[in-house]
Amino acid sequence: MEKLKTFVMGGVHPPENKLAEKQSILRLDPPESVAIPLSQHLGVPAAPVVNKGDEVLAGQLIAKGEAFISANIHASVSGKVAKIDAVIDSSGYRKKAILINTEGDKWTDGIDQDESLVTDYDLDSKEITRRIQDNGVVGMGGATFPSHVKMMVPKGKKAEYLIINGVECEPCLTADHRLMLEKGEEIMVGITLQMKALGVDKAIIGIENNKADALEHLERLAEKYPAISVQGLKVKYPQGAEKQLIKALVNREVPSGKLPIEVGCVVHNVGTSFAVYEAVLKNKPLMERVVTVSGTSVKKPGNFMVRIGTPVITLIEAAGGLPEDTGKVINGGPMMGKALNDLNVPVTKGTSGILIFTEAESKRPPEQNCIRCARCLTICPMGLEPYLLAQLTDKKRLEECEDERIMDCMECGSCLYICPSGKPLLDHIRVGKTRVGKMIRERAG
Amino acid sequence: MNEILNEITLFSVVSLGAIGGVAAIILFLVAQKFKVIEDPRIDQVEELLPAANCGGCGLAGCRALAEAIVKAESLEGFNCPPGGSDVMQDIAKAMGWEAGETTPMIAVLRCNGTREQAPPKVRYDSAMTCAFAHALFAGEGGCPYGCLGCGDCVLACSFDAMYMDKETGLPVILDDKCVACAACVKECPRNIIEMRKKGKKDRRIFVSCINEEKGGVARKNCKVACIGCGKCLKECKFDAITLENNLAYIDFEKCTLCRKCPPVCPTNAIHELNFPVRKQKPAETVES
Repeated sequence: MEKLKTFVMGGVHPPENKLAEKQSILRLDPPESVAIPLSQHLGVPAAPVVNKGDEVLAGQLIAKGEAFISANIHASVSGKVAKIDAVIDSSGYRKKAILINTEGDKWTDGIDQDESLVTDYDLDSKEITRRIQDNGVVGMGGATFPSHVKMMVPKGKKAEYLIINGVECEPCLTADHRLMLEKGEEIMVGITLQMKALGVDKAIIGIENNKADALEHLERLAEKYPAISVQGLKVKYPQGAEKQLIKALVNREVPSGKLPIEVGCVVHNVGTSFAVYEAVLKNKPLMERVVTVSGTSVKKPGNFMVRIGTPVITLIEAAGGLPEDTGKVINGGPMMGKALNDLNVPVTKGTSGILIFTEAESKRPPEQNCIRCARCLTICPMGLEPYLLAQLTDKKRLEECEDERIMDCMECGSCLYICPSGKPLLDHIRVGKTRVGKMIRERAG
Repeated sequence: MNEILNEITLFSVVSLGAIGGVAAIILFLVAQKFKVIEDPRIDQVEELLPAANCGGCGLAGCRALAEAIVKAESLEGFNCPPGGSDVMQDIAKAMGWEAGETTPMIAVLRCNGTREQAPPKVRYDSAMTCAFAHALFAGEGGCPYGCLGCGDCVLACSFDAMYMDKETGLPVILDDKCVACAACVKECPRNIIEMRKKGKKDRRIFVSCINEEKGGVARKNCKVACIGCGKCLKECKFDAITLENNLAYIDFEKCTLCRKCPPVCPTNAIHELNFPVRKQKPAETVES
């Protein structure tokens, strides 16, 4: 094997705790009812195209993303639309969602439910992008950026590399890991589709070497595809972040405030590649995803293939029920995820994991004074000064925050993790980012 | 020897005197050239202002207000919330202008979601800052409009006019100390605090809720939420109450403090402050 690569600046090594890495993906039955939020992607929420009382089939379009950055949303179960109402989602606030009561499990005719692998296709780039858009595929890594938008390379720019993110650097999460092991061939076909849509002839899959089995598996599969190479990476958080991954794999730096296309790269998650395969060759909309349920106190940690809109509590029950001493239930990974304040929150396209922390694990250390150790500076993967950004935010010196490049912060949480004084640096910076963002928008009019 | 000394002394005195003279002339000329003519009235007005530098007038401190007043040559459109009408009258007298009557205002907390009325469903575990909590979730009680109870407004108050009530989890505004500088209004991430007319004898009637959710949803989280039923609307003879987005609002300019609306509110969301106790069937209002 080649030498392992990694990014240079900053990074931390949180304990991995990948408890569910040996559990194969278990498909759950459709739940009794689902709540499908209208905003599961970055950008403008989709507009509903069904009404209360309508009968829908699984895979049927129920909300259309009309704006440029938006995505279609499909019914994940068959049944009757109970209502279109605001339900609490993972943001902690009520957002509009379509509630469907499940009746049977009938899928729309267009979907190929056969599990067999399709490798031959004769589609042009436009057709692939159209199918991705129609089937509502978004980035499955968590940021949920509509995938078809990434496929449209802006004029004057040229994509050279397609980078596939199989890093899964968040501790505890194993959804992508299992997907790579079990659906490796489908992912490979998905990557060829993405390459064709983008018009690139080189694709690199980056995988951290704590997933040696997945790395080996994909390396073997890639032998059949000369355009696709697989690269092992050193374990370091946050390697799964777009800019860090590009630096690690092709040694290019994305300029501040710019997109990866600036340096000729487009980054997609392995989960997205799988969704692209299903959307393009099986005509199956994005209506299911793999979610890891894990935690030290969980009886049966596992990876579950669930329908979008399934309540989180259903997933927890499938993993052996909610342990008694639960302190927090986290949506996402332990570094970037967010504690839920309601267990009926639906699984969305961006839900990669549900983590259960015990009372003791979830306790934050008491906040003490900054001791000027500068550890947050050394580990910040974007080269920012987290302590300074936090202080400037507190003092509402927003222009200085902007000069210190607060908007480059990707909220990876490394500073908060490393701080020996237990300062909630990231919380400060998040508030600062919101305020600076508002200031910039106001300035632009 | 003496002669030489005398000579040196004389030379020094003369040369230094000359340098001094030239420097004085230069300084005089420069001072004339860059002279800043300041209206003496600015100092006069500043003297009369309360020197709180709270920014309640919308300008950066008392000096800035004094400069603006003198520049405008009138008091129209200016208001010093801490000084109130008295200070404006004083300035008017000193300057020989007319002073309009300014209505004294006061900060009013429009949320009554105490721990009892809106029982916490989850526990918030992070820095006690409303800005953080607002970015994270709807609040311990579940109301996305309600007070988060971390006390950002109390920290913003430079007049000690607010404190957090540990039992209710809500801030308390002290009538006699609040100068209506509106610092708390700007600080609150949910815009719960409103500047309202102080009212005769400090009497005020207002809807102590800003929840725009549907009645049922709001009520689920908080027993004293405005459910937008519109009963108060029918009761009001002065058109002071409007109902928008499931929320009633009492216009303090039109309200005559007739006390007809508080008893009809099914959720006790309408508060009356500083009124004498009702004789028959007193309304169960909780003063915030």
